[in-house]
Amino acid sequence: MSNSKGFLKSSIGRKFVMGLTGLFLVSFLVVHVSINSLLFLCDGGETFNAAADFMAHNPVIRFLEIGLFIGLIAHIVQALVLTLANKKARPQGYAQVNGAANSTWYSRSMGLLGTLLLLFLVMHLYHFWWPTKVAVFTHNEHNTFEEIKAVFTDGTMGVISVVLYVVGCLSLSYHLLHGFQSGFQTLGLNHKKYTPVIKKIGIIFSIIVPLVFALMPIGFMAGFIH
Amino acid sequence: MAGSSGKNINVTIKVWRQKNKNQKGQFETHEMKGVSTDMSFLEMFDVLNERLITEGKDPVAFDHDCREGICGMCSMYINGRPHGPKQGVTTCQLHMRSFKDGDIIVVEPWRSAAFPVIKDLAVDRSSFDRIMAAGGFVSVNTGNAKDANNILIPKDDADEAFNAAACIGCGACVAACKNASAMLFVSAKVSQLALLPQGQVEREERVLNMVKQMDAEGFGNCTNTGACEAECPKGISLENIARMNREYIHASTIANRK
Ligand code: SF4
Ligand code: FES
Repeated sequence: MSNSKGFLKSSIGRKFVMGLTGLFLVSFLVVHVSINSLLFLCDGGETFNAAADFMAHNPVIRFLEIGLFIGLIAHIVQALVLTLANKKARPQGYAQVNGAANSTWYSRSMGLLGTLLLLFLVMHLYHFWWPTKVAVFTHNEHNTFEEIKAVFTDGTMGVISVVLYVVGCLSLSYHLLHGFQSGFQTLGLNHKKYTPVIKKIGIIFSIIVPLVFALMPIGFMAGFIH
Repeated sequence: MAGSSGKNINVTIKVWRQKNKNQKGQFETHEMKGVSTDMSFLEMFDVLNERLITEGKDPVAFDHDCREGICGMCSMYINGRPHGPKQGVTTCQLHMRSFKDGDIIVVEPWRSAAFPVIKDLAVDRSSFDRIMAAGGFVSVNTGNAKDANNILIPKDDADEAFNAAACIGCGACVAACKNASAMLFVSAKVSQLALLPQGQVEREERVLNMVKQMDAEGFGNCTNTGACEAECPKGISLENIARMNREYIHASTIANRK
């Protein structure tokens, strides 16, 4: 009979980790989008920089950041393990598949969307997380607002960055569109009354949050964030 | 034919032929002329097989039994969908009127590592039987038969257990799933017993053992695409998968078991 060790190796146990870490990453998005929305105050980044500074130095936030990375890595590792097992479960594919008849393309493309998100994330961390780390470590003065602005207003490179960020936000949107409600389903949190509500919140969240994020690089380029 | 719509169509069948589990298969094309639209899909295959037999060729092997949508044997993956283009039916309930004159119809077996091909379109679904044997049963008291309705069951629970029990074990959920996951089937079997008082004794062992067997058989992992629910001929709901997850998480963690 299975025990708790068996649980984390079982299909449902691995999915449990997927769902839990996924929803945990969603909670991070809430914090991230809230703080970044301070950019829209258009006060030359004063409020935003103060908040960014707090986030960069507060020990509690630093501790949570480690948790965030662990969650992210667990999400990616489980996704890889599960995907490989799924490939093995159908060694010979169909000659013809009509997937559109029974499911949405994005629900069938979570691996692809996740990979795009990972690529985006590497670029994103390189753009903003890494310079902040260096500045904190070397006790250098730095202005996060100006750094962000520089990335998106730097001529042709700036335009390319804006496009890549918008694509990243689009991938996020579709990943969430399936992932949000899927996380609840996997955790077994299904309810006659609340599941329809969760699904609605999921759709709204998956559209609004990436949209607000996408408006930031666009705002810098177009000049409505200043 | 009495009550016939009197239409005949010509279709091209591209059917998967495979000698056995170990041989590589390939498609074989057959022109079917003047097929009555009143024929069921399986009857169309009967006509094809009679022709093949008269020509001294090997008929196409396919599973079927009841031909009325209750046994779940008629596994055929037709034009990219299990049981073909119609929702809520098995292949035996699919009629040629669902196709147009000149259609090319691609017919494949269920494709899953846990459902090895026996021959052509017939696959070995004994993995489902082993999952059932691992826990899909209840303990019953011996002795005199109980009065009916001795055990009271809330109407909602009875209805949901009944809906879950409608699963015919056809495997279309596995066939439809991009991950070849059997979670809809297993969850239906877990649910039909977990919802009823009679199923409580083995409730925790049941879900642990059935999921363990499901994993051991090499089925994939559900990613909640919902393809299974959409293709299930009996309308088994995804809610069952959530229930199975809940049961499994509970049995593995909170329930105090070794
Ligand atoms: S859940 Fe539906 S599709 Fe799957 S085996 Fe049962 S009846 Fe067939
Ligand atoms: S032959 Fe029994 S369900 Fe189709």
